[in-house]
Amino acid sequence: MRRVVITGAGTVNALAQDVAGTFEAFREGRCGIGELDIRDVDRLAIKIGGQVRDWDPEAHFNRQQIVLYDRFTQFTLIAAKQALAQSGLNFDGHLGYESGVVLGTAGGGVNTWDDNYRAVYEEGKNRVHPFVVPKLMNNAAASHLSMEFNLRGPSFTVATACASSNHAMGLAFQMIRSGGAKAMVTGGSESMLCFGGIKAWEGLRVMSKDACRPFSANRNGMVQGEGAAVFVFEDYDHARARGAEILAEVAGFAMTSDAADIVMPSKQGAARAIAGALRDAGLNGDQVGYINAHGTGTAANDKTECAAVSDVFGHHADRLMISSTKSMHGHLIGGTGAVELLACIMALKDGIIAPTIGYEEPDPECSLDVVPNEAREAEVSAVLSNAFAFGGLNAVLALKRA
Amino acid sequence: MASEVKDKVVAIIAEQAVLDVADVKPEATLESLGIDSLGLVESIFAIEEAFDITVPFNANEPDQNAEFDISTVGSIVAAVESLVAEQKG
Repeated sequence: MRRVVITGAGTVNALAQDVAGTFEAFREGRCGIGELDIRDVDRLAIKIGGQVRDWDPEAHFNRQQIVLYDRFTQFTLIAAKQALAQSGLNFDGHLGYESGVVLGTAGGGVNTWDDNYRAVYEEGKNRVHPFVVPKLMNNAAASHLSMEFNLRGPSFTVATACASSNHAMGLAFQMIRSGGAKAMVTGGSESMLCFGGIKAWEGLRVMSKDACRPFSANRNGMVQGEGAAVFVFEDYDHARARGAEILAEVAGFAMTSDAADIVMPSKQGAARAIAGALRDAGLNGDQVGYINAHGTGTAANDKTECAAVSDVFGHHADRLMISSTKSMHGHLIGGTGAVELLACIMALKDGIIAPTIGYEEPDPECSLDVVPNEAREAEVSAVLSNAFAFGGLNAVLALKRA
Repeated sequence: MASEVKDKVVAIIAEQAVLDVADVKPEATLESLGIDSLGLVESIFAIEEAFDITVPFNANEPDQNAEFDISTVGSIVAAVESLVAEQKG
């Protein structure tokens, strides 16, 4: 089996439009959630989100590109450009045939759906732009990424709701580990902050009107975010041979299905995924110093997740740190695991643990060290990143220090 | 008016619970009728549609929705009656 390392990272999210800025926001415990600036916001009950501010497509793309790139594709391509630049890889030659793209998204081009439904239903138009389909399809971002960088190997998109990115990155990891690819560009993207995207979530009555406060006793729901994070995963020997900077090693991955409920999480399903990732990485529980939690800020997720962590780690659960950065960038749904992997890399590489901000009151059902409100310096050599999706689909990644 | 609200609310709950209207007593809890969290959210949606009102309810804090007490069928009827009076009055 091949070892797999991360040699590049890029992101666009509510906190910053690059990795350095995102790390700085994590260190400062800054909140990127605010009043939504979208059409018809006055008809929404939920008016906040982790929105990417001052996004100017014209600054990055030409007119021909913009007519084909939904916002989720735009975020992906800019994040990927940063990641590839950092990795220093060039896929123009033979490497392009041995490398691919696996991305996660739950909704794909939601803004494109929204705009064009408005055109035909609300405005009564009988004609839409010819590129609506190639713009909204879930694999649009993966395909444009493959074209932009000449990635000609295994490429596809994974949609498992809130676990999409973790599933995508886990599959990319497995592909390199098994020798099926030399490098994979992977991560995820989401852009659901439009009238229809938020109205749909409102219906479920799990959204907070004021803030995302994971693990806090007074938490009252999730807050949506948007953006992307993209990474270059690479065969360790390949990276070593060319002297690349290694950000972290991807050491293990596990996925499980609750086979139980379409929205309620299961402690057993989550615990099996966590334990499976440890086993796959060859880690003992007490080697894990930090977990980036799924931590949505809903009543159900946070207590179930804490119980699952306690079950898997036993006494060590009280010694490890677990934080939810969704409190800062919001819940990016299909893109969330990718942005959250950045906090894992920061923990391993810089020795700084991103906090859970908005933490106000201890909850006896979430009595772990959730790194409340302020980032912390700590040496950690192994970390996990949890994602537990609606539909009971769980995906957990294990990373080690390079 | 009041009994009209009660009849509609009980009918919505009965449909959700797959029970006869006569078996939905005011003192019954939703749990005792077999209505889970998804069933509750669906019932509230049906109530909003039936009366054209907005029900302040967040599934993360079902016990703290002071404006909308869901502890029994009777309390739900009372809450809907006051919302209808407030929002349609």
